[in-house]
Amino acid sequence: MTHLALLMQQLDQIFVLAAHWLLSYLPTALQPLGSAILSVTAIILVFATLFALVTWMERKGLGRMQNRYGPNRVGLWGIFQPIADGVKSLTKEDIVPFTADHAVHYMAPVLIVAASFLGYAVLPMGRNMVMVDLNAGVLFFFAVGSLMELAVFMAGWSSRSKYSLLGAMRAIAQMISYEVPLVLASIVVLMQAGSLSTVAIVNMQAVYSGIWPHWFVLTPWGFAGFVLFMIAATAESNRSPFDLPEGESEIVAGYFTEYSGFKFALFFLAEYIGMFATSGLAITLFLGGWSAPFSFLTWVPSYLWFFAKLLTLIAAFIWVRGTLPRLRMDQLMNLAWQFMLPMALLNLLTAGVWHLMPAGPLRWLVCSIMVVVPCILLGRGLKHKKKLQVRTYHFSQ
Amino acid sequence: MVGEGILKGLAETARNFFGSYVSKDRLTTVQYPEQREPQIEATRDFPFLVYDGADWQQGLRCVACQICEKECPPKCIFIEKSKDKKPDAFGKSQFYPAIFNIDISVCMSCQICVEVCPFDAIKMDVDYHQSTDDRFGGLLFNKQRLAKSNEYYNAIHPTEAAAVDAQRAEELAKLEAKAKAAAEAKAAAEATLAQKAPAQPAAGEQQ
Repeated sequence: MTHLALLMQQLDQIFVLAAHWLLSYLPTALQPLGSAILSVTAIILVFATLFALVTWMERKGLGRMQNRYGPNRVGLWGIFQPIADGVKSLTKEDIVPFTADHAVHYMAPVLIVAASFLGYAVLPMGRNMVMVDLNAGVLFFFAVGSLMELAVFMAGWSSRSKYSLLGAMRAIAQMISYEVPLVLASIVVLMQAGSLSTVAIVNMQAVYSGIWPHWFVLTPWGFAGFVLFMIAATAESNRSPFDLPEGESEIVAGYFTEYSGFKFALFFLAEYIGMFATSGLAITLFLGGWSAPFSFLTWVPSYLWFFAKLLTLIAAFIWVRGTLPRLRMDQLMNLAWQFMLPMALLNLLTAGVWHLMPAGPLRWLVCSIMVVVPCILLGRGLKHKKKLQVRTYHFSQ
Repeated sequence: MVGEGILKGLAETARNFFGSYVSKDRLTTVQYPEQREPQIEATRDFPFLVYDGADWQQGLRCVACQICEKECPPKCIFIEKSKDKKPDAFGKSQFYPAIFNIDISVCMSCQICVEVCPFDAIKMDVDYHQSTDDRFGGLLFNKQRLAKSNEYYNAIHPTEAAAVDAQRAEELAKLEAKAKAAAEAKAAAEATLAQKAPAQPAAGEQQ
């Protein structure tokens, strides 16, 4: 039994041990650099592969939701479709508009990919598996996340196209609006954990009472925070139903209308990498990071739990994309400022009440009411405000 | 309740997702190169030229009247009229197209050429496998490539072709009747002439 436990422990730490073993061949002075290069390579390889896999999963899933097959030609069940897509985008002509600002136009896709990968530096993907344990990790994540907005605007502005500019304006308006509830929703976790370090936050959640973990999502304020965070994350990563910045039916492809070939693919890559990163942060903050969902499952290697949770969230993203139509601009803004912002602020209050009240069922009751009642009231208020009127067209009648 | 509609929608897509794995009836996709839906009879894509009989050059119904060339909205038809004439299916001496080209990359399959043709010479084809990597040679159809037999036309559009054939047969019968009547009248006239002619000398002889 102890042998087995030891083996599982070794398996859990296999990547950490492998990294240590590889680094032991380097001179001590070069070890920090080697460690960084090793981690960066691993992150880029793993998440680029995941990107390829997810594009295939998404196309299959969306297809099935619309009673289609999805890709099924390249390889078994179309599994090699991402490779075919990659070859296609690499062999396509790279067109830059004549009037575009060439330098900025070139830099935007590079910057957006770089910015989307930066957030992974602070995500703990397994026990002891984090690239850097910053004591302001969450802050760092949001800071580099807002770099993506800059890249989006660079792309839209430098293209000199009305569609690009419209898409970029929409993207900026949307991303800034939703950054507010995104950050506010995660603050409740920081309040409870008392730390900005992602590793400390996960460690706090990786303890169990009975078989149940101490995940923050299993509290009223944590659940509300998680839902708000996921809605805001969907908007942040420009995914349906918040895909206004690239609304095909109105503005061609939004801010990357004027990109073709591999630069276009880079925007696509950045969108997915950004989505994985925000999902990863949601897992870290609310879903206990790499910790197992039940105490009797702790023997399963921790990184498997992280990626299982990540894939579950991605599946949820795909499911939502297959279900909901795109919002209108005013609906998008109303949701952010009239529903999510008050809910996130009230949620802060709820978290404070939870912190101050003694543990017990009363705390649960009070906090649940503090979450559910405003949610219903706000929803009703928003519904009542809607005045649908019959439009009359004076000149066509 | 807020979000009720969203939950209903999510349930619907989940039902579709799992249902498509359980019941094949949900999947309406036709796996194209292997499976093909039968075409409806009125299918049409690009025009072709109908010929009667075995020899396409002899039997071409087209008389190079160039109405289709003039009517064609995207101007994809090019016809050059012949210098000499040859008899058509009705035995009438007619011109024929020395060159008849259709650029099917320009053709928009509107069928106007078919509507305006007074000779039932141009009809719509159903063969849509025309993609090629040779833009000029492969998509510019000449007279030989356009010529297809009346049997083929009967095979792809049976009802329409039968009506056309019946009409042509009627016309031919009418023409034949007319020719026969003319021949009879001529024969009768000749007969009376012959009756009279020998009678006259006879009369002369009698006189």
